[in-house]
Amino acid sequence: MNSIILLSVLGLGNLFLGFLRSNRLLLPAAMLMLALVFGINLIDWNEGAQPFFNDMLVIDNFSVAFTGVVVLTTFLLLPFSQKYVRDGQANLAEYYSLLLFSLVGAVMMVAYNHLLMLFVGIETLSIAMYVLAGSDKRNLRSNEAALKYFLMGSFTTGILLFGIALVYGATGTFQLSQISFAVQNPINDSLQPMLYIGMLLMLVGMGFKVSAAPFHFWTPDVYEGTPTFFAAFMSTVVKAAGFAAFLKLMVQVFPAASAQGVWLPTLTAMCALTLLIGNVGAVAQTSVKRMLAYSSVSHAGYLLIGLVAFNGQLEGASANGIFFYSLAYSVATVAAFGVLKLVADQRQREDYNGLNGLAKTNPLLAFVMTVAMLSLAGIPLTGGFFGKFFIFSAAVENGYIGLVVFAVVMSMVSIYYYLRPIIAMYMRNTDVTTDEPIHVTSFQSAALFLLALLTMVLGVLPGLLSGIL
Amino acid sequence: MLTVILLLWPVAAALLLHFFKGGAARVAAFGAALVEFVLAVYAALTFNVNHSGQFSFNHEWIASAGINFHVGMDGLSLLLVLLTTFLVPIILLASYRRNIENESVFYALVLFMETGLVGVFTAQDAFLFYFMWEVALIPIYFLAGVWGGENRAKVTFKFFLYTIVGSLFMLAGFVYLYFQTGPAASGLAAHNSDIASFYNLNLSVQEQSWLFWLIFAAFAVKMPIFPFHTWQPDTYTESPAPATMLLSGIMLKMGIYGCMRWLLPVVPSGVSQWQNLVLILAIIGIIYGAIIAIRQQDVKRLIAYSSLSHVGLMAAGVFSLTQIGLQGASIQMLAHGINVVGMFFIADAIERRTGTRAIANLGGLTRQAPVLTVCFLVLLLGTVALPLTNGFVGEFLLLAGVYEYNAWMGAVAGVTIILAAVYLLRMFQRVMLGPDSSFTATFTDLTGAELAVLAPLIVLVFWIGLFPNMFLHLSEGSVMNILNEVVKR
Repeated sequence: MNSIILLSVLGLGNLFLGFLRSNRLLLPAAMLMLALVFGINLIDWNEGAQPFFNDMLVIDNFSVAFTGVVVLTTFLLLPFSQKYVRDGQANLAEYYSLLLFSLVGAVMMVAYNHLLMLFVGIETLSIAMYVLAGSDKRNLRSNEAALKYFLMGSFTTGILLFGIALVYGATGTFQLSQISFAVQNPINDSLQPMLYIGMLLMLVGMGFKVSAAPFHFWTPDVYEGTPTFFAAFMSTVVKAAGFAAFLKLMVQVFPAASAQGVWLPTLTAMCALTLLIGNVGAVAQTSVKRMLAYSSVSHAGYLLIGLVAFNGQLEGASANGIFFYSLAYSVATVAAFGVLKLVADQRQREDYNGLNGLAKTNPLLAFVMTVAMLSLAGIPLTGGFFGKFFIFSAAVENGYIGLVVFAVVMSMVSIYYYLRPIIAMYMRNTDVTTDEPIHVTSFQSAALFLLALLTMVLGVLPGLLSGIL
Repeated sequence: MLTVILLLWPVAAALLLHFFKGGAARVAAFGAALVEFVLAVYAALTFNVNHSGQFSFNHEWIASAGINFHVGMDGLSLLLVLLTTFLVPIILLASYRRNIENESVFYALVLFMETGLVGVFTAQDAFLFYFMWEVALIPIYFLAGVWGGENRAKVTFKFFLYTIVGSLFMLAGFVYLYFQTGPAASGLAAHNSDIASFYNLNLSVQEQSWLFWLIFAAFAVKMPIFPFHTWQPDTYTESPAPATMLLSGIMLKMGIYGCMRWLLPVVPSGVSQWQNLVLILAIIGIIYGAIIAIRQQDVKRLIAYSSLSHVGLMAAGVFSLTQIGLQGASIQMLAHGINVVGMFFIADAIERRTGTRAIANLGGLTRQAPVLTVCFLVLLLGTVALPLTNGFVGEFLLLAGVYEYNAWMGAVAGVTIILAAVYLLRMFQRVMLGPDSSFTATFTDLTGAELAVLAPLIVLVFWIGLFPNMFLHLSEGSVMNILNEVVKR
């Protein structure tokens, strides 16, 4: 709860800082705020479930852990906004405030205990993202991205709301535990179809937010148009919070066998489709940013395996797997987008050839990008390997061997496109547009170093975080 | 504890190497590798042949999943650790005169890989083994890809994809086995991945049958055994000499070792079911590699195909499931490592002096470089398996093993010796003897540094050839243990 209050207050405070007209102050201030929130959040660790607002929100280890992931991710992302600081971007204070407000939404999404809170959380997060997607307002692509994201987003919000309404109609409550009880002990059998339709509509809404196929189609276009800095936020924070919420929804609300019979096959099919489209789609891309967009779709697929393989409680192997995976994925993705942003800002290109010879001009950038790519590909020594390992183990344990085999084949495909940036950076020579070293501030270097280090710590000592839920 | 030091020292050295520039990095890396070798020799001297699993260290790694950081050595591990730690300084010395860009990074990668290799040979936990297996792969990808020849990007990509796909199959197999295990004696997790619990699983014949292929895939690609070998000649040719030596001298042994440690005792019925097929593939590889080697015009490619042929024989020996065959494989791993590294080194020395690797361009080197000729001849005869050289001991035992399993197969596999003599002596004749060519007019003999590389190799060619028992003695206990596990179930 502290983190929600703090994030809202600090977000407002940050807006007032904007009146100072000095961008130099904003970045350190925003980072300090997030560090504070991260620390305060940890106070609730192991304090047991604390209900707030008539049990509408519950702060427990699950929510604290995921809040930690989203706050840490944002914290590590912020140094890459330094170009905005340098360029004297007039709206910087607003950007930071929007990020902080959307984090409020993310925290609500991981801590909800009432479907309205889920809805409010999703909307708080999304509306901020609609604005940020279009923040590069003189760029047509950015406008297009914002419009596309907004139209699609509000449309699926409607579907989600419709689903919530139908579930309410069938069960008479928004409270998670009561819905769960009503699903297990239906009073009136004639209401069951309504419940299931509501459930599936909610599935659609959540699927859109985490960009799972077949509701992923907006992802590549929106990522491409959105300024890289916000695209990174979108693909990490939104996804981590979305999956935490999704997991809670399925595990706490619809674990009943009859309900599972409806959503589990749907989700399994979505999972396989997401893996296929994400990985095969990424192979065909020439722009690194679009590749990362498809990669984000494919990772939604791996995370969905964790959902499919849940074992009925929020402390089990699959919840831990999803937590570890979200963390490893977020860290690696922020690193990849961070390097891409630095390169794209200076070289003005986002294709693979834009990375040519980066190892010669900027060894650190190349190294961090390599670690990020290896982690996303799930190769040992990086957190991504253990993320996949935990999720796949949970799935095998619950008997989803076919799905895991398919996912393994898909991750073999993924190696193809994750190696391409590495090949460009290390094995191709620079040309006229790429022979200048990229200017990286020591602040950004430190952030990149930290991201690579974190990825490797997760990859060498996964025991630190693997079983904490 | 000694094993842990052996694992950590190269990583630590690799990290420290960033503080050295240019020539200092070279010296520091060589020094670090030498220290590692001394540690391994110390381990060998204090090793007690009658005990298995020495210098072991077992600590929780991922407690919630029952995965431990469990390392230790038996005779077989020790032999391969000795080989690794011996060859790495040799390989570093071999790159002494080369102009390498970003030297400190290059050497750091070699040392980093050494940790992975030692880890593979000492891991006693399935996931640790897989982890180390990949740790050894990542540096070699960069070594070959960044410092390699013209086609490096394409070739190393193929290599990486082949090996990683193979490894993922192995991981899938390990995950399946992991879920068949019970909880460890100490620990809360429901399963564990210790090698001992893998050895004690009760798997049905049918399970073993497909598990065999899952696990074997990774080893087959790494060795490589026919028909998983297509990455090998290109990668050997395109990689810079030190990377080729690492690949052929040490990395290839990961596959053989993996079969002996993680395949035969874990899925014995699966092995006996597919034994024939693997032996046939191995023997096809032997003949196929040798015949293609005869037709090669490029020295490096010829050695690459010769290596393919020789590794086929090692695989055949392992899959004969006889004591003599496994013993032959363990000593041949040493012998082949020494010979192939020496051969690649000489090929590289010739290429650096003349700028060509084409056999047709060379000739008459004997007159300008008598020392090089002698060294080349010794290593070549070792490879051909002339009695009193290291190759003879290994090949004799391997062939005896295959013969014991099936006389016909033994006879066909025996052709390898004849074919090896054909392609190697033919190459020797055309490169070293015969008329001079324009490329070799200003050829100079070996320098002191180069001789320093070859001398220990040549000493070992004879040492192993004359006193094989010193080495066979080390691995005997381990081989017996492995076979006991196979027979037990």
